Amino acid sequence: MGGLDLFAAAGPASAEGAWTVAQVTARARALLEAGFTRVWVRGEVTGFKAYRSGHWYFTLRDAQAQVRCVMWRTDNRGAAAPADGTQVFVEVQPTVWEERGEFRLTVRALIPTNAGGLWQLRLEQAKAALARDGLLDPARKRPLPAYPDCIAVITSPDGAALRDILSVFGRRWPAVEVLVVPARVQGESAERELCAALTAVNGLPADLVIVGRGGGSREDLWVFNSERVARAVARVRVPTISAVGHETDISLTDLVADHRAATPSAAAEAAVPDRGAALEGLDSFARRLAGGLVGRVALARERLDRTGDRLIGAMGARMERATARVERLAGALDALSPLRVLQRGYAVARGADGTVLRRREQFTAGLRFRLTLQDGEVPARVAERS
Amino acid sequence: MNEQPSFREELERLEAVVRQLERDDLDIDRALELFEDGVRRLKRARTLLTESELRVKRVAAEAEEPDV
Repeated sequence: MGGLDLFAAAGPASAEGAWTVAQVTARARALLEAGFTRVWVRGEVTGFKAYRSGHWYFTLRDAQAQVRCVMWRTDNRGAAAPADGTQVFVEVQPTVWEERGEFRLTVRALIPTNAGGLWQLRLEQAKAALARDGLLDPARKRPLPAYPDCIAVITSPDGAALRDILSVFGRRWPAVEVLVVPARVQGESAERELCAALTAVNGLPADLVIVGRGGGSREDLWVFNSERVARAVARVRVPTISAVGHETDISLTDLVADHRAATPSAAAEAAVPDRGAALEGLDSFARRLAGGLVGRVALARERLDRTGDRLIGAMGARMERATARVERLAGALDALSPLRVLQRGYAVARGADGTVLRRREQFTAGLRFRLTLQDGEVPARVAERS
Repeated sequence: MNEQPSFREELERLEAVVRQLERDDLDIDRALELFEDGVRRLKRARTLLTESELRVKRVAAEAEEPDV
């Protein structure tokens, strides 16, 4: 077809410059392919044939029209062959098959509308749209606050999810304020109510937002695959946890939120620290406070000793007052601290990472650990287990 | 919301107090002040953890909720 300008404004107007058949079909193909980007088409499969080569050929039709389709082996690999009569969605590039002068669709993806195919298609499209806007980028994910003061929970006010979340908060970290923003989590108004709630939390003093619901059927959970809801999650100004009760599927809100939890209880566990661990952290501050002060006093005494006789009178009185004050304060600290228990002869065993070892089964044979006694620490090892 | 510092704030200040107290160039009066402040905060942080009760408030998402 050398030299033929496929996009020339017009073809030959007289018999003299007549194109060959190959030229006109090549031009038709070029125009058609340039005129369509990839499109999704819905129709019924008929005359399906899988060739030995692995390529699939079939006709897609509806009540008014039909078109021949081909799906190459490289595109249909792993897909289940559709039976004749199946309604499908296909992502296609329209083209002309020049050898036959036939209008044809080259199929890149095929999704049956049964078995949730229609939903799957919408989900894939929504996901692609979110990905285009960078909302699925892992770099967007923010860390959760270590000690949240106020947590907003968006869920059904009468669902098990809310009860589970509040029970975990009560057990682990009651020093938090919970703002329940009610929204239906299934049914027609769910999308609108969830979006409204997700917008409303931006006006609340919350430093963390949990949005979710307990388990349910695929249909029940579907609103969490809504693109609108996912975008509303992405617009929340503070870190978010998506908690949709399902074990295997991942919902769109899971992908957009900063943290994903498999259940509402798991979301609550991730949202707040454990107060047992925090109390242990305070114990270590108590020890450092006491240690810091003792160090200061020792240093002051040393300086005093080095200071000339003249100063001793003045400084000695001040020093005595300071010492009395230290003793009084140390008593106050003592009452707060596990040190007093240690003075009665108890010891605390800690693992290599500092966690307190409380149970027999934590002491495996050969384990190295540390014992904290009233006056310091000693390294220890489990010799054997009876 | 109440005006009391939160656990997080107490912990942050406690951390600052301990860090200062562990520095070498501190005179004894200042050390005592810091220590007293630290003990107070420690006590309050502990109380927050052991005596707090979960506060739960319901907030409407929309000004007018159509059918509740």
